[in-house]
Amino acid sequence: MTAQAFAVSDTATMLRRDLKHALRFPMVAMSGFLTPVVLLLLFDGVFGRTLRAGLHGAALGGGYVDYVVPGVLVMAAGGVAEATAIGINTDMSEGIIARFRTMAIWRPAVLAGPVAGSVARTVLTGAAVLAVGIGLGFRPHASVLGWLAVAGLFALLGLALSWLTVAFGLLAKTPAGANSLSLIPLFLPFVSSAFVPTGAMPAGVRAFAQYEPFTPVIDSLRGLLTGAPIGADGLQVLAWCAGIAVAGFWWATTLYNRGPRTAG
Amino acid sequence: MSEQTPEPAPGLAIDARGISKSFGQQTALDGLDLRVPAGAVTALIGPNGSGKTTTVRVLSTLLAPDSGSVTVFGYDVVADAAAVRGLIGVTGQFSAVDQLLTGRENLALMADLHHLRRTVARERIPDLLARFELAEAADRPAMTYSGGMRRRLDLAMTLMGEPSIVFLDEPTTGLDPRGRLVLWRIIRELVASGVTVLLTTQYLEEADRLADQVTLIDHGRQVADGTPAQLKRFAPGGRVRLRFAGEGVLAEASSLFDGAEPAEDGLSLVLASDGSVSSLQRVLDTLAVHQLPVESLSVEPPDLDDVFFALTGQEERR
Repeated sequence: MTAQAFAVSDTATMLRRDLKHALRFPMVAMSGFLTPVVLLLLFDGVFGRTLRAGLHGAALGGGYVDYVVPGVLVMAAGGVAEATAIGINTDMSEGIIARFRTMAIWRPAVLAGPVAGSVARTVLTGAAVLAVGIGLGFRPHASVLGWLAVAGLFALLGLALSWLTVAFGLLAKTPAGANSLSLIPLFLPFVSSAFVPTGAMPAGVRAFAQYEPFTPVIDSLRGLLTGAPIGADGLQVLAWCAGIAVAGFWWATTLYNRGPRTAG
Repeated sequence: MSEQTPEPAPGLAIDARGISKSFGQQTALDGLDLRVPAGAVTALIGPNGSGKTTTVRVLSTLLAPDSGSVTVFGYDVVADAAAVRGLIGVTGQFSAVDQLLTGRENLALMADLHHLRRTVARERIPDLLARFELAEAADRPAMTYSGGMRRRLDLAMTLMGEPSIVFLDEPTTGLDPRGRLVLWRIIRELVASGVTVLLTTQYLEEADRLADQVTLIDHGRQVADGTPAQLKRFAPGGRVRLRFAGEGVLAEASSLFDGAEPAEDGLSLVLASDGSVSSLQRVLDTLAVHQLPVESLSVEPPDLDDVFFALTGQEERR
C-alpha cells in the first residue's frame, strides 16, 4: 500500500533515531569496539607465538597476526550484532514502539533502522580492528578491487548477523535472554578457521568447522586481504550471508507483526 | 491526509458492533457496542479491568478483535488497518515518547514519520512546543521531564500528524490538579478545531466536565450511553447536605437519619435523597421536631458517580 512507498524514507528516519541514541550513549558503541581489539591483542600477543609454533608455520603465510586478523574481524561483527539484539529488546519495552505500531509507516522500518545502524557500526568497528592489526604488524596486500570486495563482504556479513540477532532480540523476553541467544553467532567463529586452520582440529570438530558458515567467510576475507588461497567458493559465501539475512528479516518481521509482547 | 477521508457513516467517527476479545481464559471485551460521534468528545468510563484499554487498543489497530466489526471513519480496523492508522492519533496510558531524545527531536521524529514537508515541520514544531508549555524544556532529553511534561509531549506528538480522531487512554491519571487543568484546556481546544476525541477515564468528574457523550462499560460490555445529563436520569436521586454549627448537633442529627454520612468538613451530614419536595419536607420536619438548628442546607443533583453506582452496583472512588 502507500506505506511501502516510504520504505526508504522511514528506514532513514529510524536510522537517524538509532544514531542519535548511539551518540547519546557512546559507551555501548565503545565496548563494541574495545572487545575485538582486546581479543586481537590477546590472540596475537599472548597466544600467538605458541599457536604459530604448534602449527609449525604450516598454512600460515607470514606472522600469526596475518592469520588471525580476519577471524577477529568476524568476531567483531558478531559483537556488534549482539549489542543490537540487546538494544532492540530494550527498545521493544518502550512505549514509543506502541506509537509506531499505530502510525501509517512502513512497518519493518522500526527494525530496519537499527539494522542499518548496526551495519554502520560493524563497518566502523572492522576498520578499527584493521587499524590496530596494522599497528601490530598485519600487512594486507589487497588490490583496490580486493579492498572493495572485503568491505562489501564484511557489510553483508554485518547485515546478515544484524537481522538474525534482531530476531533474537524480539524473540527473547528480557535483554539477558537476547544476550544469551546472541552468544551463538558470537562463539561459532571459535570453531572455525578463525584462530587455527580447520585441518589442525580433531576429526569430529573438523567436520563441523569446515562446513559452518563462518569458515568460508573468514577464508574469503583472509584470501582477499593477504592473498592466501581462498579455498572457498565465493558464491557459497554470498549464499550463506544472503540466506541468513533474508531468513533473519523474515523471522524478525514475523515476530514484530505478531504484535506486542504483553496481552494487557 | 484529510484528502483520503471517505464519506463517514453520517455523523459517526467510530462504529463498533459486538466486539469481543479474550486473552486465554480471560474475557476482556464481551460483545461491546460503541458509537462515537464525529467532532465531539466521547468518554469511555468504567472501573479498572472493565475493558477500556483493550477497547482503545482494538480501535487503534494494536489488537485484532476475536469477533465483531469496527470501523473508523468507514475503514475497517482489521482489513484497512493502514488507512485507519493514517487518520488516528493515540496517546496511551504509558508514555509513548522517546526518552533519550529531546522534546524537539521527538516532535521532529513524528514530522519525519508523517512525511511532512520541512517547511511545515519547521512551523508546526515550535507551535506545538509553545501550545503545550514545553518551549523552555524543548532541548532537554525527555527522560528529564516531569510526569505532566511527558504527558503533554506525548499528546503533542500525537497531534503532529493532524489526526482526524485522537484516542486518549486515561490522559490525566497521575497528574496534579494543575496538570489536569492544562490537559483539559488542550482537549477542549482540540475539539473546537474539529477533531474527534475518545477518552477513557476513571474520573467521573472528568467525563462530566469534558464529554459530550458518555459510554459506560463494565465487564467488557456497554452498560449505558448518552449525554451526561441523560445518564444522570438513571441515578435514583441526589443528596441533601446539611451543615450544623457544632459537632454535638451533628452527632445528634446523624442518629436521626438512616444511612447518613458525615462529610469531610466535620460539620456536615450528607443524606441520600430522591430529590422530591416531599422527601425534603420529611427531612425538615424531623429536624424541626428535634429542634436541631441547621446552618445551611443544599440539594445536590446526582452526578456520574451516582449513575455509576446505580448501573454497575459498584462504589467507585468517592
